[in-house]
Amino acid sequence: MQLESMYQEIILDHYRNPHHKGLREPFASQVHHVNPTCGDEVTMRVDLDGDVISDISYESQGCSISQASASVLTDLLIGKNVEQARAVQETFLQLMQSRGEGHEFAEEHEEVLEDAVAFAGVAQYPARVKCALLSWMAWKDATAQALAVQDETDKDRVKA
Amino acid sequence: MDISPQFLDTDRIREDFPILHRTVHGDKKLVYLDNAATSQSPKQVIDAIVEYYSLHNANVHRGIHVLAEEATALYEGGRDKVAAFINAPREEVVFTKNSSEALNLVANVLGWAGEDYGIRPGDEIVISEMEHHSNIVPWQLTAERIGAKLRWFGITDDGRLDLSNLDELVNERTKVVSLVHVSNILGTVNPIETIVKRAHEVGALVVLDASQSAPHMPLDVTRLGADFVAFTGHKMLGPTGVGVLWGRRDLLEELPPFLGGGEMIQTVTMEKSTYAGLPHKYEAGTPPIAEVVALGAAVDYLTAVGMDNVAAHEHAITEYALKRLQEVDGLRIIGPNTAEDRGAAISFTMGDIHPHDVGQVLDEHGIAVRVGHHCARPVCVRFGIPATTRASFYLYSTPAEVDALVEGLDQVKRFFGV
Repeated sequence: MQLESMYQEIILDHYRNPHHKGLREPFASQVHHVNPTCGDEVTMRVDLDGDVISDISYESQGCSISQASASVLTDLLIGKNVEQARAVQETFLQLMQSRGEGHEFAEEHEEVLEDAVAFAGVAQYPARVKCALLSWMAWKDATAQALAVQDETDKDRVKA
Repeated sequence: MDISPQFLDTDRIREDFPILHRTVHGDKKLVYLDNAATSQSPKQVIDAIVEYYSLHNANVHRGIHVLAEEATALYEGGRDKVAAFINAPREEVVFTKNSSEALNLVANVLGWAGEDYGIRPGDEIVISEMEHHSNIVPWQLTAERIGAKLRWFGITDDGRLDLSNLDELVNERTKVVSLVHVSNILGTVNPIETIVKRAHEVGALVVLDASQSAPHMPLDVTRLGADFVAFTGHKMLGPTGVGVLWGRRDLLEELPPFLGGGEMIQTVTMEKSTYAGLPHKYEAGTPPIAEVVALGAAVDYLTAVGMDNVAAHEHAITEYALKRLQEVDGLRIIGPNTAEDRGAAISFTMGDIHPHDVGQVLDEHGIAVRVGHHCARPVCVRFGIPATTRASFYLYSTPAEVDALVEGLDQVKRFFGV
């Protein structure tokens, strides 16, 4: 059945038992992203320790795909440095834009994508791609803001 | 089950709708329950478009050749049919792109109008919490631009319009009350007479969004008593790209034009123009000609079935669907849970399963429903839910399709393990 290619067991597991959910302190930045077509929402916090992503916490409501995607994201990105994390985000974005070639692409990039390979089937449903990308776009935004805050603080420190 | 006499002969009706015979996802029979978003067209409507482009295509009102005259006669014939359908004089029927454009037209020209009807700073505009975004945003824009105040009716817990503060809400400062006739998300049929009576008492105009009523019940604009009524072609067996604004003649004559361009003028000089008479004053540019012709065919089809019969059929389907759906464990109806004063759009939630996931599994079984906030986000906020799943029925919907939906929902629950 085609449906199971989208709703992989990994996705349903993350949906039922999301990892790292709930908003935590400390955090360097917080963003709120919505998907206006379906009402999915995520509030996401990112904390940095130098250039290492020390924490990502979130509150969200939405479909299984958007919820599982946020959970997988935290598993993948917490502990990585910003450059590594951005590479993962970029690869996940490419996976979501791969349409028919999702499974081949996922196989090729399994080392980077880890559990996120489960989303290969979602790429075949254009209406659901935005659900999968919601938290990743929020993370990208939050990280950029966290880095900007860090820059300001550094400048202040230099001035002081 | 016993088929009660108010059901239409759907076997015969469905023969006219080619799309209802296709399959999806391989060999799954299509169960189309998204009629509140758009309805399907019978071959009579599709043929009208084919015939128009095959034989009569030309621009209207501006040629003396045979095709131009035929196209004009067909286009204006479409207007006659729509006018008869809502019991209005033909001059009061203006074609727009859709309901949204019709509502934007009214919201804009009332903003631009002079002393008599114009919305002024401090005036009040009243809408309701159950409006489609197309009857919220145009009024927000007008209110912001002018400095008028936007107010709204609330919704009761059972999904009805809250009229408890009617006299306070609609008062001598109210310039216009713009209200949905039948809610696209809750299915509620609103008590228009009561609203019209109060609005006219205080000298306010009444605008009615009839997008979900014109396709489903007899609509007599002279009896309704509203001042403007908007609806759209693609929800009533017609094509996309054409909507209708009905307005009282004296108002349409008095109010300024909306869009400027060809067709809507009498004389143009470089300094100033005078405008065409009704309805052309509000139809700038080449109109949706084939679409109006096809809408005429859709109106013919509905009239032949009989709008009383359409309404009775949908009432019976709604009654049956409400009964069956409420037998599903964990299902909560958002909106009135009886068929009284209720249209055939039924929104619901399924425990914690997100509507997106519900819709995806149903689709896999060939069942087309709408999921999301249905362009009526304030309703979702009011009921504390992110979104709903909505099944909406029409004259070709059958009790067997309701059964298929209920079986599909069992699959949804199995799939997500609840």
